[in-house]
Amino acid sequence: MNFLRFILQNHSQVLELTAEHLWLVGLSTLLATMIGIPLGILIAHRRSFNKPVLAGANIIQTIPSLALFGFLLPVPWLGDRADRLSILALTLYALLPIIRNTDTGIRGVDPAVIEAGRGMGLSESQLLFQVELPLAISVILSGVRTAVVISVGLATIAAAIGAGGLGEFIFRGLAMVDNRVILAGAIPAAILALLADVGVGWLENRLRPR
Amino acid sequence: MQACSTSPTIEFRGVSFRVGETQILHDFSLAVKRGELLVLLGRSGSGKTSTLKLINRLLEPTAGHIFVNGVRNSDADVIRLRRSIGYVIQEIGLFPHFTVARNIGLVPKIEGWAEPRIRARVAELLQLTGLDPSLATRYPHQLSGGQRQRVGVARALAADPEILLMDEPFGALDPLTRDELQREFLSLQRRLGKTVVFVTHDLHEAMRLATRIGLMEAGKLVVVLTPQEFLQSTDPWAEAYVRAFKDQFDSNSTEGKS
Repeated sequence: MNFLRFILQNHSQVLELTAEHLWLVGLSTLLATMIGIPLGILIAHRRSFNKPVLAGANIIQTIPSLALFGFLLPVPWLGDRADRLSILALTLYALLPIIRNTDTGIRGVDPAVIEAGRGMGLSESQLLFQVELPLAISVILSGVRTAVVISVGLATIAAAIGAGGLGEFIFRGLAMVDNRVILAGAIPAAILALLADVGVGWLENRLRPR
Repeated sequence: MQACSTSPTIEFRGVSFRVGETQILHDFSLAVKRGELLVLLGRSGSGKTSTLKLINRLLEPTAGHIFVNGVRNSDADVIRLRRSIGYVIQEIGLFPHFTVARNIGLVPKIEGWAEPRIRARVAELLQLTGLDPSLATRYPHQLSGGQRQRVGVARALAADPEILLMDEPFGALDPLTRDELQREFLSLQRRLGKTVVFVTHDLHEAMRLATRIGLMEAGKLVVVLTPQEFLQSTDPWAEAYVRAFKDQFDSNSTEGKS
């Protein structure tokens, strides 16, 4: 229980790094949602875009995170600030589950329902906002949930390029060979991941169509 | 009940419809008169459903024209056209996340009706289609098949369209419920006098509901006859239908029921 004492002694720093961590994860998830949902809607409707978009998002996933952070470092403007760069990298990683679940969710809507809606004279945007999205929302949110949980873990790596977050403790602890310091980063990160999982899961349930 | 005027409400002129290499409809011409209940009868794959979908432009013909109220439907605004035509399909397609009331009131709502007027209209339609008012707040999955189908009909009637397209609306129901809904629909139709195009593969249903029966086979309209004429027709396809129907009936009667 040594690490608990360490956390208590350094609580202001723990809080600060947790806040940084939340900032990295929150902003990147928001961006990934804003990009991923429209892309998912697009590929659900235009099947020819489906393969290339999903392949692209898949390829991003295969790049090791440390390497991606490194690749982006020399990019002008982006490389100027480590948090900018980390947010971009985290956004890219979060895209795949969000795009894929949006696509799956929308294509999973009963075709008879779509046909009836179209036959009744709903416009394409009315169909999207009143029928497809409400019926797909819980599948889409479960993609967001996956993305958030992955991001909380990945964001610890951002400390390697100086973007802050709870990874700071982990890397410092590794360098100092001090488990207390590692745990002071790892445990709050795990709690964050759990809370995010439960939080989005709750939202998912609330919005699930009956 | 409205008198059948001579000007057709829906008219197909030399319509062909092809998907890839498959010819679904071939040089199809048909006039549906105002206030009549025209049943398109035919087996699966004969092009009945496509014919229906060509009217509200869920499908577009590869050749020929379809006129709705004298206007070429390809010249009409597609959204306006569809909202002026009620549409009921076999799978019903009720919105599972909407209550019964919201399902029925959807077209009036997107047409911008005021909320009290929508509510009144929904109540009226529930009554008209024989649904208990307490069902208004239920969701489709809480209803029986027959109730769902009634909601489907109520929804199609919501904005009081002149034309109703029905694609095997009673096909998935048990015989008793089907019988009940057919009977009620017929009396509803006598009161409302809509122009109805009704698709079925069931001759019994066609005989019961139709003012005229259009028999379809392999994308062609074989004959258009009144139910009485149909029974006496010497057309080989019509005869085949009547024979199959009678055989079924006879085999039932030999089991002691007539």
